[in-house]
Amino acid sequence: MSEMRTIAGRNDATAEKSAAANNAADRAVAADAASGNAGAAAATKAQTKAGGAGNAVSGSTATAAGNGSSARDVAWSGTDDRRDQPLIFELSQPGRIAYSLPECDVPEEDITALVPEKYLRKKPAELPEVYEVDVIRHYTALSRRNFGVDNGFYPLGSCTMKYNPKINEDAARLPGFAKIHPYQSEESLQGALELLYRLQEDLKAITGMDAVTLQPAAGAHGEWTGLMMIRAYHESRGERRTKVIVPDSAHGTNPASATVAGFETVTIPSNADGLVDLDALRAAVGPDTAALMLTNPNTLGLFETEIAEIARIVHEAGGLLYYDGANANAILGIARPGDMGFDVVHLNLHKTMSTPHGGGGPGAGPVGVKERLIPYLPKPIVARREDGTYYLDRNEDRSIGRVKAYYGNFGILVRAYAYIRSLGPEGLRQVSENAVLNANYLLRRLAPYYDVPFDRHCKHEFVLSGRRQKKRGVRTLDIAKRLLDFGFHPPTVYFPLIVEECLMIEPTETESKETLDRFAEAMIRIAREAEEQPELVVNAPYTTAVRRLDETLAARKPVLNCSCG
Amino acid sequence: MIKHRYLPLTEQDRAEMLRTIGVASVDELFADIPENLRFRGELNVSPAMSEPALLRHMRALAGKNADFDRYACFLGAGIYDHHVPVVVNHVISRSEFYTAYTPYQPEISQGELQAIFEFQSFICELTGMAVANASMYDGATALAEAGALAAGATKRGRIVVSRGVHPEARAIVRTMAVGRGIEVVEAGLADGVTSLKELATLITPDTAAVLVQSPNFLGCIEDIAAMEPLIHGAGGLLVVSCNPLALGLLEAPGRLGADIVVGDAQPFGIAASLGGPTCGYFAVAEPWMRRMPGRIVGQTVDRDGKRGFVLTLQAREQHIRREKATSNICSNQALLALCASVYLSIMGKEGIREVARLNVQKAHYAAKRLARIPGVTLTNAAPFFNEFVVKLPGEPDISEINRRLLGYGVIGGYDLGADYPEMKGHLLVAVTEQRTREEIDHFAERLEELL
Repeated sequence: MSEMRTIAGRNDATAEKSAAANNAADRAVAADAASGNAGAAAATKAQTKAGGAGNAVSGSTATAAGNGSSARDVAWSGTDDRRDQPLIFELSQPGRIAYSLPECDVPEEDITALVPEKYLRKKPAELPEVYEVDVIRHYTALSRRNFGVDNGFYPLGSCTMKYNPKINEDAARLPGFAKIHPYQSEESLQGALELLYRLQEDLKAITGMDAVTLQPAAGAHGEWTGLMMIRAYHESRGERRTKVIVPDSAHGTNPASATVAGFETVTIPSNADGLVDLDALRAAVGPDTAALMLTNPNTLGLFETEIAEIARIVHEAGGLLYYDGANANAILGIARPGDMGFDVVHLNLHKTMSTPHGGGGPGAGPVGVKERLIPYLPKPIVARREDGTYYLDRNEDRSIGRVKAYYGNFGILVRAYAYIRSLGPEGLRQVSENAVLNANYLLRRLAPYYDVPFDRHCKHEFVLSGRRQKKRGVRTLDIAKRLLDFGFHPPTVYFPLIVEECLMIEPTETESKETLDRFAEAMIRIAREAEEQPELVVNAPYTTAVRRLDETLAARKPVLNCSCG
Repeated sequence: MIKHRYLPLTEQDRAEMLRTIGVASVDELFADIPENLRFRGELNVSPAMSEPALLRHMRALAGKNADFDRYACFLGAGIYDHHVPVVVNHVISRSEFYTAYTPYQPEISQGELQAIFEFQSFICELTGMAVANASMYDGATALAEAGALAAGATKRGRIVVSRGVHPEARAIVRTMAVGRGIEVVEAGLADGVTSLKELATLITPDTAAVLVQSPNFLGCIEDIAAMEPLIHGAGGLLVVSCNPLALGLLEAPGRLGADIVVGDAQPFGIAASLGGPTCGYFAVAEPWMRRMPGRIVGQTVDRDGKRGFVLTLQAREQHIRREKATSNICSNQALLALCASVYLSIMGKEGIREVARLNVQKAHYAAKRLARIPGVTLTNAAPFFNEFVVKLPGEPDISEINRRLLGYGVIGGYDLGADYPEMKGHLLVAVTEQRTREEIDHFAERLEELL
């Protein structure tokens, strides 16, 4: 606690300094917008000021944490280009090329002799005419206007934005993985099949399930796959069960997946502790219950302590239990969905198994099932022969059919396997321990400054409410935007829906205590700003490539492409 | 507690943090998990490896696969060995792109948002459609979503799928249809393309859409213009799945009356990678804009009037609409859409035509070369792009032929017999710009020996 007081004390001084810097930056940005071409100079000035602001913040927190690595979390935008980057199409100059293609070494024929004219394009596609340097500079400029885990702390709740190990990237780019065709003979793919088989086995062990399909491309895709299997299972028993129960804290994909799998969604309320309300569940289950979809720990970061009873209620009603693996980073080697009574599980390898989020994808959402659902798995699945060779089991018999072309997102599966092998059983358990420790530490640091709707030990993430700040006219969205000025990606906001002004924070295990302290300092300072200078928070951010964007305009008058052609 | 290069907490950190939390051990943080549900053993997963050992292990596994650097690939069937400009890997290796998530915070995600906006622009330009989304899992799932969109938009319960559509995509359409309660009927082929006669009889007043692929699975270019009046006359939608690289040369489906155009952008600089991850694209005519699945990026301005980009039209999506969403899709394939955008920037107006032209020329040379083998015949009467079908003489064992071709450094064609029982002994051969005349001749000579 003494540490906390010290930090708070130092913070006062830096708050003023930085507020001043931000105001200066703000003015410079305004000048930029107003002055057209001359704006470039103003923008540069704004950058310098903004960088200064970022440094002041980082410096203060680093000192407070007793560590000198102030450069590590300097506001990313401080060094970045704030000028508008033209569209690649706008860089086009007729006559320039960036491609290099092989010679045509076969006798050429007139194209219309090969493809009748009626099938040919009347008008060439108006793609940009640029040279190679344009392309590199353009995308480098865009990358500088983007924030990833490698830029800094990214506590986006439910997304598990952990470090993406580089060896995974190198492995996936080996020609023997990157340059192979799904329809090559099994004999010529033994290494790939072995990797997939080992990954299936590892995921079975981690989840406590009996079989795994690696086909689904993402978590939501896995949910739908799992629900289609549940549907097939019930139908095979001559039962037409039409309802899928989800708690009101569930991810939006749960009800959406239920709909596309042909189910009706029944939403049940959470109880005062943020957990499944057992009475509501008892009232909801019946002969039409196909399944309950549950995230555990749930989206509030709380472990469903009554999971055994929940499973009993659903199973007694003849329904099955679906485990949404979005939060599996809390339980590796600590508890297994298979032991909790779940019948179907998906994992998000881009969350738990460190594969990169790619700016929105690709991910992978393998699904594990208990024995009784094995016949319904999508095919093919990799199997091993007694002689140690691997093959694709294509026996579709009672399978729900295909859900994805070929064998899933192989390149992602390679990365996930490399991750598991980097850590092994002890390492995976350590991952979850540290993820939970980091979350609880951050929760304690922030609890005095923000409302904590469910005050108990969390798992790998926790939620805060911005209710207190809202009374000062500062909404959670404003807090999120203000965090940008401190060089942090904000937490997930306004989810789960059951918490007013929700902030959902997931630090992950790959962040150091110093980083958590710096983030806590920024959050504490924003809480203070909300009290003392709410307009400072409401108008944030000041240091980013663009300021708050007009989303209403975007939706009302959609401009969805550059209409260059 | 174990030390690991990805895990920064020291014993001292841990002690201080536990003190702040007010617990004596990390285990106390898990005390709410009932003891009988705790996993107390050691997970039975593969043991940990050091970085050098893991590199060796991964290289060894990779080394057991026959890759395109060492073998000349004549397999296509939806995944192609095209040249990937070296620039592509350099761009997608920038970790500002690949370590970010969906651009929920536009102020610090302008790079990704603009890249997606450009991707949407590229797709619209190539397909001739009004609007495209940020991408889909792959071409096959994009086709299934297109079928679902059509059923929802027309409030009709039946879709007609051409047998010229990739067999795996048709399988996914069927799985989707079970969930959505849609009836799927298949239209047969005549001379390698969708039978217009059969199509006309299958289109009924409750048909939501016709789903075709062009060039189709057999490589043949479909007569989209001829199909258009059949389905539009019945009030349904025309869904066309296209290899986008072919659109460098072939007419944009949007100009032929397609309502939805989908496909897989794998030919655009995306590694084959055993078939995934690739990148589906999804483009529609304007009336269907608000029914599209997935993310969409739009242009707007910030409060200083500066151009910027945001995720938009989100009222369609699962995180807002939950069970009433147009689709359950949450992610997209942004990094691979970026591959496609970089590829198209590199190719440009001239390069995209040139690469398409090379594919046509080399594939036609190869078709003629293979047809010179005694007993081998070209079966498609319809024009093709970079893939074609040859019938081998007698009752050939194609998997045995392919096994022996591998010994000659050749990854042979696709055995069509499994998907089309009437095409036993037929080989689907793909020839991209990557194949040299020498490789084509070598393939033909070895094949001739093996027959």
